[in-house]
Amino acid sequence: MTDYNDLKLRASSSPHIRAKDDTRSAMLDVMIALLPALAFAVFNFGLRALTLTAVSVAGAVAFEALYRLIMKKHQTVGDLSAAVTGMLVAFICPVTAPYWMILIGDFFAIVIVKQLYGGLGQNFVNPALAARAFLFSWATQMSTWAAPGTQAALFGAVDVTTQATPMSYLSTNSLADLQAVYGLDDMFVGTIGGSLGEVSAVCLLLGFLYLLGRKVISWHIPVSFVGTVALLTFLFPRGNDPLTWMLYNVLGGGLLLGAIFMATDYVTSPISRRNRIIYGVGCGLITVFIRYFGSYSEGVCYSILCMNLCVWLLDKYLKPRRFGAARKPLFRRKEAEEK
Amino acid sequence: MAQPFFGGIHPNDKKAATNKKPIEKLPPPQQVVIPMSLHIGAPCRPCVSVGDHVNLGQRIGEATAFVSAPIHASISGTVTAIEPRPHFNGTDMLSVVIENDYEDTLDPSIKPAEHPEDLTAEELTEIVKNAGIVGLGGATFPTHVKISSGLGKVDTVIVNAAECEPYNTSDHRILLEYPEEVIGGARLLARLFQVDKVHIGIEDNKRNAAQLLQQRIAEENAPVVVDVLHTRYPQGAEKQLCQSITGRQVPPGGLPAAIGCAVFSVDTTAAIWRAVYQGMPVIRRIVTVSGSGVMEPKNLECRIGTPLSCLFDACGGLSETTYKILMGGPMMGNAQHTADVPVGKCTNAVLAFAREEERTSPHPTCIRCGRCADVCPMHLQPVFLYQYAQRDMLPELEAGHVMDCIECGACTYICPGRLHLVHAFRTAKQKINTARAAAKAAQQAKADGKEG
Repeated sequence: MTDYNDLKLRASSSPHIRAKDDTRSAMLDVMIALLPALAFAVFNFGLRALTLTAVSVAGAVAFEALYRLIMKKHQTVGDLSAAVTGMLVAFICPVTAPYWMILIGDFFAIVIVKQLYGGLGQNFVNPALAARAFLFSWATQMSTWAAPGTQAALFGAVDVTTQATPMSYLSTNSLADLQAVYGLDDMFVGTIGGSLGEVSAVCLLLGFLYLLGRKVISWHIPVSFVGTVALLTFLFPRGNDPLTWMLYNVLGGGLLLGAIFMATDYVTSPISRRNRIIYGVGCGLITVFIRYFGSYSEGVCYSILCMNLCVWLLDKYLKPRRFGAARKPLFRRKEAEEK
Repeated sequence: MAQPFFGGIHPNDKKAATNKKPIEKLPPPQQVVIPMSLHIGAPCRPCVSVGDHVNLGQRIGEATAFVSAPIHASISGTVTAIEPRPHFNGTDMLSVVIENDYEDTLDPSIKPAEHPEDLTAEELTEIVKNAGIVGLGGATFPTHVKISSGLGKVDTVIVNAAECEPYNTSDHRILLEYPEEVIGGARLLARLFQVDKVHIGIEDNKRNAAQLLQQRIAEENAPVVVDVLHTRYPQGAEKQLCQSITGRQVPPGGLPAAIGCAVFSVDTTAAIWRAVYQGMPVIRRIVTVSGSGVMEPKNLECRIGTPLSCLFDACGGLSETTYKILMGGPMMGNAQHTADVPVGKCTNAVLAFAREEERTSPHPTCIRCGRCADVCPMHLQPVFLYQYAQRDMLPELEAGHVMDCIECGACTYICPGRLHLVHAFRTAKQKINTARAAAKAAQQAKADGKEG
């Protein structure tokens, strides 16, 4: 029998058990949830979709590893958050984007946006979306859209048939032309033009269900975001078929990719459930605003970036009701301390 | 269920290891070590001397204040020492050491109440006080104080049978094996507080106990109802249980009495019954001995003051890789630095961990996922409080209501970044209390100076 005095006992403070899920498993789940969309991208745009994503992941991980090494900080690539960023950077670029440009995006996302502010958990805008905004410095490369079903060349100059994306039709109010090119079934399945990872609504929704099931994200942001876009486009249609207009708006562009995978980024979204809904509604409002009134046909990226900047405000001023305290009006700077 | 509380977690309850094992009586050990503080409040003053012979149930520690509870000998024998010994709160505490004479001679003071049905509230409170009854669920707040501060204000009496901590099955076994004591105690409480019904709140992972209680209550036509609650930690936390049963929330800084509730644990209720009908003070405790380090997990009935090592011996010993011994459950229990500490009144479980149940990280990192706020039953936002605590920002911590934290550990359990949240808040609360005391003292000194 063991002599109890020989045991090396640890006297740490409670609690003494922890849930299994950690940062790494959450990031792994996000990558798994992105796989259907990646598979569809390969089907829709050829093998280059896969190599582009692989290069981007490798680039993002390498930049993070190098930065941590040079700055003599503990290594963090194991938490997989850099890999997720790498995947997303590739997902929001056209499949025709040159490899060097993707690597610049990775560098901007990982080093400038994330690591310079202190690494995981410290950046205030979504790294991948900030990288996309930055990459629009190469506007031509960022808006060369391969037609669905093309096999983009793996290396060298990418010479493909280009075709307008659903969003460019919508921004010129030509719903009828869009309907002639892509049916709603194309929009849902994803046999359309657009950024590498955004085309297939059904694959992105599969990923959404997976993340919900694994409790990696909550429904609040995606539902309020997409719901706001759906409601506004239904109420203010361009043309006389609100439902069709609304469905094309919801399924087209980066809305689902953004609402499910980018706006839900832990680091740059609010903490409380109520604030997450406000944040999602804000994203939806700005998206529709840009799509309707902006000169740029897509609004998801900038709407999320704008709302990222409001997270601090929401977190600071809209606190949950204190347990046992009376319900109080929405806005009040400081609660009277009852002491 | 009136209104479920916000948040909470669903850890693996690990109760299967012991919930079908009947309570075994652990033979009284050769020696018991009884600390003079087994409750919240002022420690007791020993009222026996070295060399004295004491009887089972004889008072050996006198309460020195209102918020205190007397302590009794849990065996009969000779007092061999009165000296500081390791206490389960981590310090050394003045303790009475009794050498067993294996006679279990009952003290003459132990006799049942003469007319248990006609006791007045004052008489009943006096019996509870003299029996040294404290909150046996773990809080150890003296029960007579709770009763006297609640009399006249309380309209809902709740027996806390939630037992939401993983591993613990001692209350479950008490309900299955001594339902008459619990129902009898509830009957006494109903009369004491003059309520029509006493609520027994029980989680739905103990359905067999709930059914047994319902059957007994129907047979006896007892003034008791069983409320079956969802299994969710911390269902058994006093404030959360009050909300689940009445829908009312205890105001910040308040006690359940503020919303007309009084909560008693299963064993406290049974102890009140034993004090009245048997005259027996608190001298024993049902303890669940479990965890990956314990060879043969069991529910044991042991005398107060039995060293933990005796409990482990009775359970086949510990695995060699045991790295943690806990008193209490895994969420709120205290890690022990030695197996020599004695069983106290609140010891509902003793756990030994041999496998890596903790999952720590060398570099805890917050990713702002907000799960801590999603699970906090007190509506706090640990994510921000933690940042304040890291920087010692006491005013911000107070404004964030860190003092409301009940230290249930749900945030720390769920944190994927493996932060030590509760630990940080506990430290912050101590600092705030110290600062408040200092401010009060300074104010007092100033006032005194003016008067002088």
